[in-house]
Amino acid sequence: MLSVIGLKKAYGNITAINGVSFDVGKGETIGLLGPNGAGKTTTVSIIAGLIVPDAGQVLIDGSAISGDTNPVKRRIGLVPQDLALYDELPAVANLELFAALYSISGARAAGVIDQALGLVGLTERAKDRVGTFSGGMKRRLNLAAALLHDPDVLLLDEPTVGVDPQSRNAIFDNLETLKARGKTLVYTTHYMEEAERLCDRIVIVDHGQVIANETLAGLYRQLPVSNTLLIDLECAFDPVGIQELPEVIKAEVQNNRLSVSLKDLSTGAPRVLAWLAAGGHRFENISTEAPSLENVFLTMTGRSLRDS
Amino acid sequence: MIAFLALIRKDLRIFFQDRRAVIMSFVAPILIGTFFGYVFGGDGSRYNEPVRAKVLVVDQDNGPAGAAIVSGMEAEKTLEVRRVSLDEAQDLVRKGKASLAVAIPAGFGQQAMSVIGERPKLTFYVDPSRAMESKMVQGMLTGQFLRAMGRGGRMPFETIEVPLTAKRGAIYNAYAHSYGGMAIQFILFLGIDVGIGMLLDRQRGLWKRFASSPLSKWTLLGSRVVSATIIVMLILAVVFGFARIAFGVKIEGSLIGFTGICAAFGMMTASYGLFIASIGKTPQGARGLSILATLLMVMLSGAWIPSFLFPKWLQDATKVVPARWAMDGLDGMSWRGLPWTEAVLPTLVLLGFACVFGVIAVARFRWEAE
Repeated sequence: MLSVIGLKKAYGNITAINGVSFDVGKGETIGLLGPNGAGKTTTVSIIAGLIVPDAGQVLIDGSAISGDTNPVKRRIGLVPQDLALYDELPAVANLELFAALYSISGARAAGVIDQALGLVGLTERAKDRVGTFSGGMKRRLNLAAALLHDPDVLLLDEPTVGVDPQSRNAIFDNLETLKARGKTLVYTTHYMEEAERLCDRIVIVDHGQVIANETLAGLYRQLPVSNTLLIDLECAFDPVGIQELPEVIKAEVQNNRLSVSLKDLSTGAPRVLAWLAAGGHRFENISTEAPSLENVFLTMTGRSLRDS
Repeated sequence: MIAFLALIRKDLRIFFQDRRAVIMSFVAPILIGTFFGYVFGGDGSRYNEPVRAKVLVVDQDNGPAGAAIVSGMEAEKTLEVRRVSLDEAQDLVRKGKASLAVAIPAGFGQQAMSVIGERPKLTFYVDPSRAMESKMVQGMLTGQFLRAMGRGGRMPFETIEVPLTAKRGAIYNAYAHSYGGMAIQFILFLGIDVGIGMLLDRQRGLWKRFASSPLSKWTLLGSRVVSATIIVMLILAVVFGFARIAFGVKIEGSLIGFTGICAAFGMMTASYGLFIASIGKTPQGARGLSILATLLMVMLSGAWIPSFLFPKWLQDATKVVPARWAMDGLDGMSWRGLPWTEAVLPTLVLLGFACVFGVIAVARFRWEAE
């Protein structure tokens, strides 16, 4: 459906992206993940036709996007990071304008506007001025504005920035509905939990380059650990003995908490617990920690995703 | 076309929802135009009323000659004479309460009648800030003195003033000029708002939505030009409509010519707004510079002070100012009563400026969304 091929863009001496390539299949949702300044927004802007790349191209089913009035643009819907709305106008007037940009007017416009407002749960506020909306409602309307022309590919540039958890969940519900309808979604974020919840595949961008392009499971397989066993001890002890167990990659004790990285949780955890019982080490609480995209990013770049 | 019309509708809706913009564009020119129109002569009904210059007289001669001079002055329709002491005369002129005082010295009559000896001296105390007024009154007084002293006798001629405009019977209505001038001023401020509005749209990310849709730059810019032109035409219609009802301002010349100038000025204003948007990086940065440029343009257009009062070189130099052509064009079609042929040149010049501003705007505008 969407092919991004060798995109390059520089602003003076600063290289924003350098050879970004990936493909997205029909109905697939990919997460474009990376820290601030990694090149996510530049990539999305080029796909949406807002920026002309220095090199590379974007294809939708083999057709290149170039020029202001290229009809291929009708197949793309952009949810920009900014709240790109007229506060002075009612929600419905905003949507009438944005529908008209795609030559949708009259009864057809009224129909698609009703659907879009219904999807994002703003039907009852249709006639209210956008300036009176909460941040979360504006975010939802921002999403609705990109759906009016029924695009095949939806580009979502950090669509949950600055919203409360309730609105975030509402937006996620909307996106899951769109995903279920077979829309192709390209979702940029630096929130790992969002990508984990929504995306079939993750493209990690760092310093303007793609450093990983995998399914979630595939990315986790690249990690040296599959799970971590966390045990709160009554008394601290030297964990050297545990490290000699075959399933254990690494073990350490900090503040009476034993942290054991295991190659396989189901075989390794019983052995560790048996070893502790045999040694008379009493413990108060046991928990496990699954690998996350944060771990993946840390492993790949040596840096934390949000703090980079 | 659907997008084009929707963008125009959006611009008009946002403009008319903005109470401040409506007041500034429709009410302010009427209020200020009324003031300037009144000050500069009103609707022409006071044309034949004499303008009476206030003159203070200090008669230290106290003889028949001095008395004759003063009574001659008092009989003059164009003078408002008040007898005062020398100290009071100097005090009133110094404080700006009078532009001129004339002191007739003691022994003036005798000295004036004598053929030998020193000539008598008349002292004029003048307010230097009102030099032109003082000179005019001094000229009038000279005639009075000559008559009073019996040397000039009757003035050898009388003057008749005939107001000349292109249309017979049309008289100068100062409101026509002042309303046109103030409309031009506030319409140019509207042009600034057009430019700032575009920069705000970009700042709010709306350009991303426009740029991601299959919309040409020309549709986007063209819709702005058309919506601004419609607003300008409405402003001029309301302002001149009010002037017609309240002060009898008529389009004495060609209505078609007047409409053409209004439309061309509207397009010029819109492209001036686009030009501002193209050179300004941020709305805040663009605002200060464009207000200064607009005020200069208004000042040089003759909107505040009619351009015929400018020095000759300035009258020629200000022809590079687009608003000057609009001002002259509106004057020509309103109170001067000129035919439509006289509207052709101002219309073409305004359209030329519109093209120049538009081309510069398109060339300089940063189209790529950040």
